[in-house]
Amino acid sequence: MSEANVTETAPPASRRDSLRTEEMLLNMGPQHPSTHGVLRLVVRTDGEMVRESWPQIGFLHRCFEKIAESLPYAQALPYADRMDYLGSVNNGLAFCLGVEKLGAIEVSERAAHLRVIAAELNRIASHLIAFGTYALDLGAFTPFIYGFREREMAVSILEKLSGGRLLYHYPRIGGVANDLTPEIASDIRAFLVQMRKVWPEYNALLSDNQIFVKRTANVGVVTREQAIAWGFTGPCLRASGVRFDLRKDQPYSLYERFAFDVPIGEGTKGTTGDCWDRYWVRMVEILESCRIVEQALDGIPEGPVLTKVPRVLKLPKGEVYVPCENPRGELGFYIVSDGDPKALRIKSRGPSFCNLSIVNEICRDVLLADVVAILGSIDIVLGEVDR
Amino acid sequence: MNPREIHTLLKERFGEAVRDWTEPEVGDSSLDLDSGSLHDVCVLLRDDSALRFDFLRLVSAVDRTDRIECVYHLWSYELAHSAALRVELDRSDPRVASLSDVWPTAEWHEREAYDMMGVVFENHPHLHRILLPEDWEGYPLRKDYVAPREYNGLTNE
Amino acid sequence: MGTEILKTPAPTAEELLGRAVQDPRDLTRYLYYLRNVRAEGLSVAVAPLDAAINWSRASSIWPLTFGIACCAIEMMATGAAKYDLDRFGAGAFRPTPRQADLMIVAGTVTHKMAPRVRRLYDQMPEPKFVMAMGACTIGGGPYSRLGYHVVKGIDRFLPVDVCVPGCPPRPEALIDALMYLQRKIAADRPVTDRYLRPFFSKEKRR
Ligand code: SF4
Repeated sequence: MSEANVTETAPPASRRDSLRTEEMLLNMGPQHPSTHGVLRLVVRTDGEMVRESWPQIGFLHRCFEKIAESLPYAQALPYADRMDYLGSVNNGLAFCLGVEKLGAIEVSERAAHLRVIAAELNRIASHLIAFGTYALDLGAFTPFIYGFREREMAVSILEKLSGGRLLYHYPRIGGVANDLTPEIASDIRAFLVQMRKVWPEYNALLSDNQIFVKRTANVGVVTREQAIAWGFTGPCLRASGVRFDLRKDQPYSLYERFAFDVPIGEGTKGTTGDCWDRYWVRMVEILESCRIVEQALDGIPEGPVLTKVPRVLKLPKGEVYVPCENPRGELGFYIVSDGDPKALRIKSRGPSFCNLSIVNEICRDVLLADVVAILGSIDIVLGEVDR
Repeated sequence: MNPREIHTLLKERFGEAVRDWTEPEVGDSSLDLDSGSLHDVCVLLRDDSALRFDFLRLVSAVDRTDRIECVYHLWSYELAHSAALRVELDRSDPRVASLSDVWPTAEWHEREAYDMMGVVFENHPHLHRILLPEDWEGYPLRKDYVAPREYNGLTNE
Repeated sequence: MGTEILKTPAPTAEELLGRAVQDPRDLTRYLYYLRNVRAEGLSVAVAPLDAAINWSRASSIWPLTFGIACCAIEMMATGAAKYDLDRFGAGAFRPTPRQADLMIVAGTVTHKMAPRVRRLYDQMPEPKFVMAMGACTIGGGPYSRLGYHVVKGIDRFLPVDVCVPGCPPRPEALIDALMYLQRKIAADRPVTDRYLRPFFSKEKRR
């Protein structure tokens, strides 16, 4: 068939434009394997293209703020752990720091070191889950098994340290629950060795995997301006090229003593701020966390681990906002006290909540399959989106 | 800039709309504003080259039983300083201008404040309940809230 | 949506006969049992069949991929490398309720979520089982007193087979619950209940 014939058989341009396709409203979730819990996403699709998507949240609204202001501080602490159940030490830590700052409660150096160790181990565990489930969302099952294998090690260390699995309640107001033993210390060192050994394996398995790169690079690009305006924090913000980490820029709990780098997205495989960058920042953070844990283990001083605080803790009249670097971003508690044993108001700023609000902005004119890739790369935890 | 300096600067620009400075005994300080001037102040805070608050951390509504307060925590990535703004609202009809056109992230925070405390944000693009179901009654974080005995056929006891 | 507990009543003799007439396979089976049962007595005849069905049901329980909150992470851990739920034939997590036998309700169910959970349950084919994992699903758990938006126990709208206490339950506890469920299934008598009970129960004979 000659060139001319092809043009003749194709429909004329006018008719091609008028060919109307129907749009469809689709519901993803709340039971959907890749919505990381109970997120519901209403998407307006045109064929396979997503024109708009509105996240619907609240399916896990567990009334944290109401409960926290109805209970004494020490009793409200476990509920903070349950907000972001993947980073429960980090959550408890943020809550404790808030209460301690308002109540001017001193924490011993040993306790601060232990908090750092536990928080960083928890961060590693959380990022490993992010690694595993992200691959799962994109259709690869093996990384999930790998991620959970190493996470199990971290979890059992934290279990020895605190007595609980998953929800540790390790930081307490005034310190931490239990002391470190030499056995646990050697466990931690063994874990760090193992983690560094398998880290390149992870990259061979997933990070440099062509299929994975094709699905994530240049997908869901968030520019620096967008990221800041929409309140991105944590690894997502850093992936967009902002070198900001609360552990470095507003240090708390002795983080200023440890040397570590803050990785940012550089567009290695595509554009700065795409899904691959967000994924990669988390992977590099695993190594940085290993560094911090090592330094904290080396430099841990002797001393008590729990300062005595009064049984009925009354905070002075005032208010405080303490931000902390959670695995997902900036987690902060805004505590308002009017002198009672209970807080007047405890408001939590959840990183996933803010990170999720950008979804409608970036899930425009993308493929439906990319929505899953974008959602997974933001790495939300619904417990803390809904509180 | 520390909050004190920001207060002085705002006082020069907005006069009476910015309340006098009170130094807190413990904890964080905040800049108290008239609710009417909030939007203008925020635009200035975002755009002024000496302030450059580009990040709204959170919007929290606080029920003080005689009034409702809205507190806005700001941070500037460029200049690495922070500030907190506070407006007082009438408890029976809390209304304040929405900041979602200044910082897009305010959209969800304000919806949450509306959902939990019943603060109405004017000119908000989509002011609906965000966490609770649309037909939920009452605003749970108000101090006088009573939990429903039954919702959707399920008892709550 | 209705919230009454769904319980399929055992079919009456008339219903069963009606069904048997519609479906020839059912009729043959029905005649076969009838003959055997006359000769051998009720349990002896169908026991091997019951056992075979139970064996296949209990050793390939397919759970629904359905995590709600913190407990779901422990459920995932149970399915992953160290605890390996697949050893019990229950590792094939199905994303769709149409293919699942077991619903592990792992996490806090809220008022907003409850209708959805119920719908998922309704979409699952019989026989189906429900496992309430964690304190939250059993009775509201930590949120039972002050959580205005939390349903205080999923047994208010779902029939629950096994409860797994804990906050969160350890993976071992979940495995134990699964084995308990397997025993429960093994004690079931699907053939007898479906086809024979209506005819040969004492009340009917009298
Ligand atoms: S029982 Fe505990 S761990 Fe499980 S969902 Fe409830 S709060 Fe979370």
